[in-house]
Amino acid sequence: MTETVLNCDKVQKFRGDIQVLKDVSLAVPSGARVALLGHNGAGKSTLIKSILGLIPIEGGQISICGHAPGSNAARADVAYLPESVAFQNALTGRELLTMFAGLAGIRDNDTSGALARVGLAEAADRRIKTYSKGMRQRLGLAQVMLGRPRLALLDEPTSGLDPVSRHDLYAIIDALAAEGTAVLIASHALTEVEAQTDRIAILRDGSLVADDTVANLARKAGLPIILKVQTKASDTADRIAAETGGVRVNGMSVEIRCTADGKMAALHNLSGMGAEVADIDITPPGLEDLYRHYSGVDQ
Amino acid sequence: MKAPSRILAIAKAEARVLWRNRWLAVATGIMVVFAVALSLAGSAPTGALGVDMLTVSIASMTTLGVYLIPLLALLISFDAVVGEADRGSLGLLLTYPAGRAEILAGKALAHVAALAIACIIGFGVAGALAAGFGNVSTDSLLALVRLMGTSVMLGAVFLAFGYLISSLAGSMATAAGLAAALWLIFVVLFDLALLAAVVVDGDGTFTQFVFPWLMTANPADAFRLWNIAGTESVAVAAGMSGVADSLPGWAAPLSLALWPAIAFVLACLAFKRVEP
Ligand SMILES: Nc1ncnc2c1ncn2[C@@H]1O[C@H](COP(=O)(O)OP(=O)(O)OP(=O)(O)O)[C@@H](O)[C@H]1O
Ligand SMILES: [Mg+2]
Repeated sequence: MTETVLNCDKVQKFRGDIQVLKDVSLAVPSGARVALLGHNGAGKSTLIKSILGLIPIEGGQISICGHAPGSNAARADVAYLPESVAFQNALTGRELLTMFAGLAGIRDNDTSGALARVGLAEAADRRIKTYSKGMRQRLGLAQVMLGRPRLALLDEPTSGLDPVSRHDLYAIIDALAAEGTAVLIASHALTEVEAQTDRIAILRDGSLVADDTVANLARKAGLPIILKVQTKASDTADRIAAETGGVRVNGMSVEIRCTADGKMAALHNLSGMGAEVADIDITPPGLEDLYRHYSGVDQ
Repeated sequence: MKAPSRILAIAKAEARVLWRNRWLAVATGIMVVFAVALSLAGSAPTGALGVDMLTVSIASMTTLGVYLIPLLALLISFDAVVGEADRGSLGLLLTYPAGRAEILAGKALAHVAALAIACIIGFGVAGALAAGFGNVSTDSLLALVRLMGTSVMLGAVFLAFGYLISSLAGSMATAAGLAAALWLIFVVLFDLALLAAVVVDGDGTFTQFVFPWLMTANPADAFRLWNIAGTESVAVAAGMSGVADSLPGWAAPLSLALWPAIAFVLACLAFKRVEP
């Protein structure tokens, strides 16, 4: 189950004089769901297109189950959901899938299965013109699921979807991964990615600056935990702020930043203040803070 | 082994699109209306030449075909590649195990079939009408079949030209502009330039030896020459027996047979260089 499906080794890609991928090394084993994050223009789509063999790379190596990108063997193993794609409006969902199945050399009756799995069984024989954005995205995903790919590359699969559709979409992705497909998801939707993927890779200006689980990334980053203290009166807030080295915010509350190790000491200190403290909220660093930390927005 | 089924998969989808977009209906309608109108109008003043109605009608329809078929062909094909790129579906298509030549071949199959239907119905209706008004000979029937066959060949040439410019152009607007330019050059300007050269040269070597060959090299003129030279009476009706006589009989058919292949290979080479 843990065989490496995708292996990128020091991948380099230039656009003119600008290097858009700098020594990117990334491995995705079968059954893993890896999120690929990064600011606009970080190189996520470029990396995905390189893996697909749609664009040549200038350095490093990519292998898909041991095959070169774009080779027939690799193309048979890989499925792709492009960033923004508009299908032929005049066709029905089933007709489009039948075409893709024909291209992939898959029997026709598999298209019904794929359509049913993404919840398009009823709309299958309507023209794509009549589909909502979410339905089009599902159709794209149905196309991904044709022929049980070894590797699925999804470029912003949930952009423009409502929360329920997003949830459904991740359920489908989970099922795909459970069957052993390695899934790489480029996304900007931090919170959902945190909950729905096993690992996070962050690109910054073409360099891979993080590649680990959320918990490990948080530990490595050493980001502060924030204690938010509610006080009974504004003058006590001033005093608590002075004593704990915190900052007073909007009148009656104080924000204290501390490390993971210093958290207990700070709490102990606060509990010693007795009735002056009305309430304490503890906020661990979220994915957004992690993302800011690793993608260099803070620097 | 699997290539034919992949080509067929693309062709089927492409054919459905042409049907649903009513392209097939519109193109066939245009062919029928123009072919009928032209062959009826063209046949009015020629009673004295002693040719049957169908023959005269074929001469008119040949002239119509030279203009209309390249136009229709370019209209379906100019967005074949750049349109997919615009929609973002080209990248996806290219991740499937179909070679780029297979993708173009699939589209070409559907497009050629659609053009063939439009031409056969259009010329067929007009031909039947003309035949109904006068007597028909085996000769003129053969000429009608030749007109239909060569129309498909001419259409194939310009379909492939369309794929070529669609691969070279970076946007739909550029592709449309190039299509218009291509049509103008092959169908209008080329002949004008040759005519000017002939006028300047008078009865010199150019007019006698170079001009007929140059003319045959243009697929649109090869289409015209083949149809007109093919039947003595059609050539008489079109007043073109001069040029046709100065060339060997195989010249125009060879040109029209080679051009689709050449243009398709060029289109494939250009498509290979497209980065989605
Ligand atoms: N066809 C192209 N020609 C030239 N430069 C390009 C091309 N495509 C992308 N780039 C450049 O490559 C860099 C990376 O682009 P890429 O599309 O991979 O970013 P991304 O991480 O997918 O961004 P987004 O989140 O906005 O989708 C950008 O600087 C972009 O300008
Ligand atoms: Mg992108």
